Amino acid sequence: MSLSRVLLKRHSVLPGFDLALGFTLLYLSFIVLIPLAAAFLKTATLTWPTFWGTVTSPRVLASYRLTFGASLAAALVNALFGLLVAWVLVRYQFPAKRVIDALVDLPFALPTAVAGIALTALYSGNGWIGRFLPFKVSFTPSGVFVALTFIGLPFVVRTVQPVLEDLHKELEEAAATLGATRAQTIVRVILPILAPALLTGFALAFARALGEYGSVIFIAGNMPMVSEITPLLIITKLEQYDYAGATAIAVVMLMAAFVLLLSINGLQAWTRARQGR
Amino acid sequence: MHATTLTLPALQAAQSPRRLDAATSEPRWVRWSLIGVALSFLALFLFVPLALVFVEALKKGVGVYVAAITDADALSAVKLTLLAAGIAVPLNLVFGLAAAWVIAKFDFRGKNVLLTLIDLPFSVSPVISGLIYVLVFGLQGWFGEWLRDHDARVIFALPGIVLATVFVTFPFVARELIPLMQAQGTEQEEAARVLGANGWQILRRVTLPNVRWALLYGVILCNARAMGEFGAVSVVSGHIRGQTNTMPLHIEILYNEYQFAAAFAVASLLAGLALVTLVLKFVVERRLHAEVES
Repeated sequence: MSLSRVLLKRHSVLPGFDLALGFTLLYLSFIVLIPLAAAFLKTATLTWPTFWGTVTSPRVLASYRLTFGASLAAALVNALFGLLVAWVLVRYQFPAKRVIDALVDLPFALPTAVAGIALTALYSGNGWIGRFLPFKVSFTPSGVFVALTFIGLPFVVRTVQPVLEDLHKELEEAAATLGATRAQTIVRVILPILAPALLTGFALAFARALGEYGSVIFIAGNMPMVSEITPLLIITKLEQYDYAGATAIAVVMLMAAFVLLLSINGLQAWTRARQGR
Repeated sequence: MHATTLTLPALQAAQSPRRLDAATSEPRWVRWSLIGVALSFLALFLFVPLALVFVEALKKGVGVYVAAITDADALSAVKLTLLAAGIAVPLNLVFGLAAAWVIAKFDFRGKNVLLTLIDLPFSVSPVISGLIYVLVFGLQGWFGEWLRDHDARVIFALPGIVLATVFVTFPFVARELIPLMQAQGTEQEEAARVLGANGWQILRRVTLPNVRWALLYGVILCNARAMGEFGAVSVVSGHIRGQTNTMPLHIEILYNEYQFAAAFAVASLLAGLALVTLVLKFVVERRLHAEVES
């Protein structure tokens, strides 16, 4: 019995369905599904009280607060400034615009470890930027925020930018003709159209920040209860050979990530519906 | 005079285009303030950190820089990074093509589930990506004892590093190919089929030429991430100097040993790679755009 007979909704003259789907499923299973299942099965070896005790111990709770809090703050800042950057790149002309546009993707291309050491040096007490700040950034929770802002920066820009480019100027002209001031047009016409894309970008930046490790560990200082992120706690447990404990925390993070993934899929469907595609 | 009998609004518009413009744009000072704020934000978080990498790398002079990147451990890290990316990227390229072929060219049950599953690795923390392979192949893991008895190593060795790299770069190529191949439809492939081409001929002569820029785009992004991955590789590598350290891990070790100039020297290689990636991405993006338009 072949896959094509069971799964295909419509007969196709094109060959290769069985082979390509077979390979896709096999590869997906070996690389992604089976190893991820290992995490859930490993956690299942723990009793419920042990699991609950592990994932709600004070040090772990403090790490959730920092990870979720800093990710949320960074995603909010990125939503605000990402919208502004996208707006400026689409609507205004200024020197070196195309180079700057291309550089927005830098956090996607720059390895996180490089970003980590660069930001740490920059925002430390005697760093180029740190020396002008009245408070400490490197080796404090605000350092975590800085690193997460860096890695999440392109998401909002790159989700809002195409929607803004497609936006018809006629809408704004119509609003102006009907007597709206520029501010009213922006708040009541443009922002509602951008809202789904803006939310999607925010959610993507937030999701990316939650799991981030490389750029954060250099700048955070990693003090237990103060500036220790959850992914680092997983590594610490692993280094103590506490596999079950590490996995229990990982499963909590995975659940959060999956919920976010589903919300993002929903948001993207909404964006497409709004754009009438 | 006839001109004065022209309708008044039309005349006003002709005389002051700025009026019309004012309805759909912002005053000059608002424009420049917004540009200023946006660029300051980008400078603070992007441009200055990038510049700092190169300045710090050369701070102690060219001699220290060259010594740092030609050091035996650094060279072995470069080699391992190239090797791991050299295995992981082609694997994900083949997977991306296969997945895009089924998803874009056929209509089947469970397609949306498959699409979501392909994206799954993007939402998993890099640390967890490494951890799951430790659970499967580590000494305490499912195959740990079997591997030990057969004198094979996955964790703390090249296979583990490759697996972790494959996982974190899993969706890159598929993601670029699927939307483009969906948009292109199946007519050309069907025509080739009717004319007697077999599957491989269709793939080589029709599909691949149609998607070459998207494919290249996916490979560029996949490669950048593969060479720069830190968290996932850090969990499975074991940090054995000169053996299982990739470039990002080597940077971490140098940094933790307070060899800042050396750390930034190796980092500058990766930052250079990132810049090359961005340039290639820019060029390919324009090609892709031109092709989609035409």
